[in-house]
Amino acid sequence: MSDFKRIIAKRKRQDFVFNVVGIVCTLVGILTLGALLADLLMDGLTRLNWTFLTSFPSRFAERAGILSSWVGTLLIMVVTAFAAVPLGVAAGIYLEEYARKNWLTNIIEINIANLAGVPSIIYGLMALGLLVYQFRLGQSVLTGGLTLAFLILPIVIVATREALRTIPQGIREAAYALGSTKWQVVRHHLLPYSLGGTMTGIIIALSRAIGETAPLITIGALTFIAFLPPPPFESQPPFVSFDWLWSPFSVLPIQMFNWVSRPDQDFVVNAAGAGLVLIVVTLALNAVAILIRYRVRKRIKW
Amino acid sequence: MNASVEMGIVRLAKMTMRDEFARTQVNQEVLDSAESQPSGSRQIKAEVEGLNFFYGKLQALKNINMVFGANQVTAIIGPSGCGKSTLLRCFNRIHDLYPETRYEGKIILQPSGINLIGPETDPLEMRMRMSMVFQKPNAFPKSVFENVAFGLRLRGINGQELKDHVEQSLRSAALWDEVKDRLRASAYTLSGGQQQRLCIARALATEPEMLLFDEPTSALDPIATSKIENLIFDLKRDVTVVIVTHNMQQAARVSDFTAFMYLGELIEVAPTKEMFENPAIKLTEEYITGHFG
Repeated sequence: MSDFKRIIAKRKRQDFVFNVVGIVCTLVGILTLGALLADLLMDGLTRLNWTFLTSFPSRFAERAGILSSWVGTLLIMVVTAFAAVPLGVAAGIYLEEYARKNWLTNIIEINIANLAGVPSIIYGLMALGLLVYQFRLGQSVLTGGLTLAFLILPIVIVATREALRTIPQGIREAAYALGSTKWQVVRHHLLPYSLGGTMTGIIIALSRAIGETAPLITIGALTFIAFLPPPPFESQPPFVSFDWLWSPFSVLPIQMFNWVSRPDQDFVVNAAGAGLVLIVVTLALNAVAILIRYRVRKRIKW
Repeated sequence: MNASVEMGIVRLAKMTMRDEFARTQVNQEVLDSAESQPSGSRQIKAEVEGLNFFYGKLQALKNINMVFGANQVTAIIGPSGCGKSTLLRCFNRIHDLYPETRYEGKIILQPSGINLIGPETDPLEMRMRMSMVFQKPNAFPKSVFENVAFGLRLRGINGQELKDHVEQSLRSAALWDEVKDRLRASAYTLSGGQQQRLCIARALATEPEMLLFDEPTSALDPIATSKIENLIFDLKRDVTVVIVTHNMQQAARVSDFTAFMYLGELIEVAPTKEMFENPAIKLTEEYITGHFG
């Protein structure tokens, strides 16, 4: 019996040791992140005010703002979403519901997973060669948006397919048994039922794109820009204008990168302010994704 | 246990075994016994002739020959994997959704004379003409109304006509009184048994030529099961019913004819009463009496 006690005590010690090691490892991650956030908050909050949001960059740190970069980020995201969502969702639906399962679709499937892991700067190089030099789209909002769209396309495709896969086969069979065509099954059943998962995937993908810097620098985004693109809405017919697509741009992460690399400490504080804005936007996007997932799960339980 | 089944078992014990030759005469026997039915002459809804079915290289149905009487309930029984669901799913060509499935032979639908598994026949047309109720209730995550309305909308029915059809179908499925005040509620707020009756209403709404039930009560409790069995019994006035079941008492209760399948082959088909009281073939007898399966 005493033997048992000795063995048990020894094994419990091992348990305890790993418990402690685990806590330390977890704390390293959490504390680092916490410290970073706290530092950003302390520096950034002092700088965050209305003028900061509505001013162009400037040679003087206290006059500099992020107007052109947050507008740039917004416009780029609009282009990215409009390009990546229809392409990605359609490709996902095709691969999951229409394509025959054979060696070719297997290869495509593996490569889409691989594409999601390609470093973002490679996409920048591809966009520089294809969009800027070949198609002559310029170093514009359009080019930037399309570049990020390519970047997140595989994520959107994978998310769409995952969402479609959660729909039980019985639902498909029920819809087909009533005499639906493939498109009617997709349009009236699969798309609406998978919307929650697909939307979540899209938003996660966009929140990845919003922080990307490297590919946009590669295609030649500006680091200092003191004007806004032409507005998308006009007072005269046809009321909408797409001239902004051809405008040069900057985005929040690039603005931050520019400020951080300056010797003047005041500009580093500006970078913290911009970083704070970026983090808030990203967290807000993620919150929306969680909300959508929660609401859809409440409505549809398989 | 159902009384007639019990009686059948008692008789089986006294019965002498019959010869295998009866198997080759299955079709003739069915037709003969049909004539002796009190209902008089039996109209044929579908004739299965030399049906083989393959999943890739695996042959799931082997030379099936039988007829399905119009406005009758035909039950298909047999142990798991015997091909009974596979046979049922030939009728609405649902197999065509999956790659590497292949039919051989004919299923002639009367009175149109169309070969429903022929290469010239559009699976979509067959699915417009047939309805299926599945093993697991598979209502759409839409409202009660929209579940029934979907098949009708596919057929271009709208407005007041749509509403009337939906109500009528829900009444036929004995569900109207329970859901009439919550047609806009999600179908998933209904109980399992109600969901299955909703699926039956959905299947009835399109006025099918044949109603195909694939083990419709295997996921339900006894009370919900008996409601659906009563319903199936009533439905045959308007439609030809085929029901696959692994529950022999259920086959005995609801069907006019019963077919017994084993390992992809049709072993015996006979009027239900005869099948359970006096099966022609030893294998059937052994299955019905619970010696295997």
